[in-house]
Amino acid sequence: MLGKAAYVVAVLLVGIGLYVLVADRNLVKKVVGLNVFQTGIFLFFVAAGFREGGSAPLLSRPSPYVNPVPHVLILTAIVVGVSLTGVALALVVRLYREYGTLDETTLREVVE
Amino acid sequence: MTDPALLVALPLLASVVPATLAFVRERLGWPVALATLLSQTVLAFAVAADAVDGTPVVADVGGVPPPFGIRLVVDPLTAPFVVLVAVASLGVLAYTRAAGPRSGPFYSVYLLLVAGLTGVCVTADVFNLYVFLEISGIAAYALVARSPGGKAAFAALRYLLVGTVGASLYLFGVGYAYVATGTLAMAELSQAVPTAEPTLLVAAFGLMATGLGVKMALYPLHTWKPAAYDHAPDGVTALLAALVSTVAAYALVRLLLSAFTVDLFALAVFVQPTLLAIASLSILAGSVLAFREQRFARRLAYSSVSQFGIVLVGVAVATPSGVTGAVVHLVGHSVMKAGAFLAVGVVVVRYGAETVEEYRGLAATAPFLAGAIAVFLLGLVGIPPTVGFAGKFYVALGAAQAGAWLPFALVLASTLFSLAYFVPVLQRMFVEGPEPVATGSDHVGMRASVAGAVVATLALGVTATLLEELLAPFLEVVL
Repeated sequence: MLGKAAYVVAVLLVGIGLYVLVADRNLVKKVVGLNVFQTGIFLFFVAAGFREGGSAPLLSRPSPYVNPVPHVLILTAIVVGVSLTGVALALVVRLYREYGTLDETTLREVVE
Repeated sequence: MTDPALLVALPLLASVVPATLAFVRERLGWPVALATLLSQTVLAFAVAADAVDGTPVVADVGGVPPPFGIRLVVDPLTAPFVVLVAVASLGVLAYTRAAGPRSGPFYSVYLLLVAGLTGVCVTADVFNLYVFLEISGIAAYALVARSPGGKAAFAALRYLLVGTVGASLYLFGVGYAYVATGTLAMAELSQAVPTAEPTLLVAAFGLMATGLGVKMALYPLHTWKPAAYDHAPDGVTALLAALVSTVAAYALVRLLLSAFTVDLFALAVFVQPTLLAIASLSILAGSVLAFREQRFARRLAYSSVSQFGIVLVGVAVATPSGVTGAVVHLVGHSVMKAGAFLAVGVVVVRYGAETVEEYRGLAATAPFLAGAIAVFLLGLVGIPPTVGFAGKFYVALGAAQAGAWLPFALVLASTLFSLAYFVPVLQRMFVEGPEPVATGSDHVGMRASVAGAVVATLALGVTATLLEELLAPFLEVVL
C-alpha cells in the first residue's frame, strides 16, 4: 500500500494546483498553482517508472534499473513548464505595469 | 523523397533569424518569414504529393528505430493539414505586411508557431505531439499578447492558463497510456490496445481528448477563445482561427484512428456517446452564445465553438463519410474563418467597426469587402457551393450512416442556428444604412489575402470530392 503513496501525493498535488489556479485571485498565485499542478503530473510519471529494488539507470550500476524513459519525458516537460512560467510571469508583469493590480477580479472588471 | 523532418526544421531554424536580425535592422522580419514560408509551402506540397501517391512518407528522427525513437509519418490524413498550415500562414503573412506588427520578434514567434503546428501534424509519437503542441501553444500565447495595451495581455494570460491545463491533462493521458502499453509510438500503441488494461486505456484517451478539447475550444472548455480572438492583433486572430484549433482537432483524429483505434469504442461503451454528447453540446452552446454576442469578432469565435462541435460529430461516429466530413470541414472552416477575420481586420482598420451594429451599410461603400464577408458567412452557414456545405454534408451523411440521430439532427439544425446569428450581419451590411465613415486606410496586401480566402472557399467547395478520394485508402485501413 505504501508503494501507492506516490500516486496519492501526485493526485493531491494535481488537485491542489488546480484549486489554487481556479480559486485564488492573485495572478502570481495562479501561476504557482499551475506549477504545482504540473509537478503532480511529473510525480505521477516518475513514480510510474519506479521499480522495486531497481538502481539508477547508469551503466556503472547493477541491473535491474528503474525505467529511464519517464525521467527523460519529465525533463522535457519541466523545460516546457519553465518556458510557460516565464511567458506567464512576463504577461503578469505587463498587466501590473498597465493596471497596477494583480487581482484577477479587479482586472476582469477593468478589461471586459 | 523529401524528409518530413525538414518541414519542421526549416521554420524552427528560421525562427531564430528575425529576432537576431532585429538588432541590426528592425524591418527585416517580414522578408525572412516570407522566404521561409514560401520554401515551407513548396516542401509541404512536395511531401504531400509523395504521401498521397501510395505509401506514406516515414522518417525516423536521428535514425533511431521504433519503438525507441520518434517516428515522423506523412500519410493521406496528414497531407492536407501540412499544406494547410503552410498556405494559411503564407496568406496571413501577406496580410500582416501592412496590418500587423512588423517587428523581428513577432515574426520569430510566427515561424515558431508554424514549426510547432507542422510538428503536431507530422509526428507519430504521442509525447512528441505534446512537445509540439506546447511549442505552438507558447507561440500562440505570445502572439495573442502582441496587441498594445492590457486587454490583450489579460486575454493571453487566460489563454495560457487554460491552454496549459489542457496540455498538461494531455500529458497526464500520455502517462496513463505509457503505463498501460509501455510504448509512446502510435503504431506500437495501436497494436498493444487489445491486450492492455481497458481502464487505463480509456482513462488515457479521456485525459488526452480533454486536453485536445481545450485546444479545440469545445464547450465547456472554450472560455479562452472569445477574449483571445477579440483582443489579439487581427492577423494573429486569423492565423489562430485558421490553424491552432484545426491542428488540435487533427491530433484528436490521429489519436482516435492511429493510436487508440476504433476498438476503443468496443472497450468501453460510454466513450462514443460521451464524445457525441460533448459535440452536440458544443453545437448548441456555441450557437446560443454566438446569437447573444454583439461584438463581431467574439460572435465568430463562438461560431467556431459550434463548428468544432460539428467536426467532433464527424470524428466520433468513425465512419468513412464522417471522418472525411471532419477533415473537409476542418480545412474548409479554417479557410473561411481566417478569411472572415482578415476581412474583419480590414473593416476595423478602415472604419473602426467592431460590433454588429456598426456594420450597417457596409455594402454601399465597400461592395467587394461586404461580398467577401457574405461568402465567408454563407460558407460557415453551409450554403453550396462553398466548402462549408461539403463538410457538413459529409458529416451529416456519416452520422446518419452510424445511426447517431441526435447529432445528425443537430448538424442539420446548426445551419438554421448559424443563419440566426449571421443573417443579422448580412442584413446590416446589405440592406440598412447609413454608411460607415472611413477613418483609416488599408493596404492592397490585406485585401489580396481576403480575396485569396474567398477563392479558396469556393474552390475547395467544388474540389471536396478530391479530398474524399485522397482519404479513402487511409480510412479503409483504419476503419
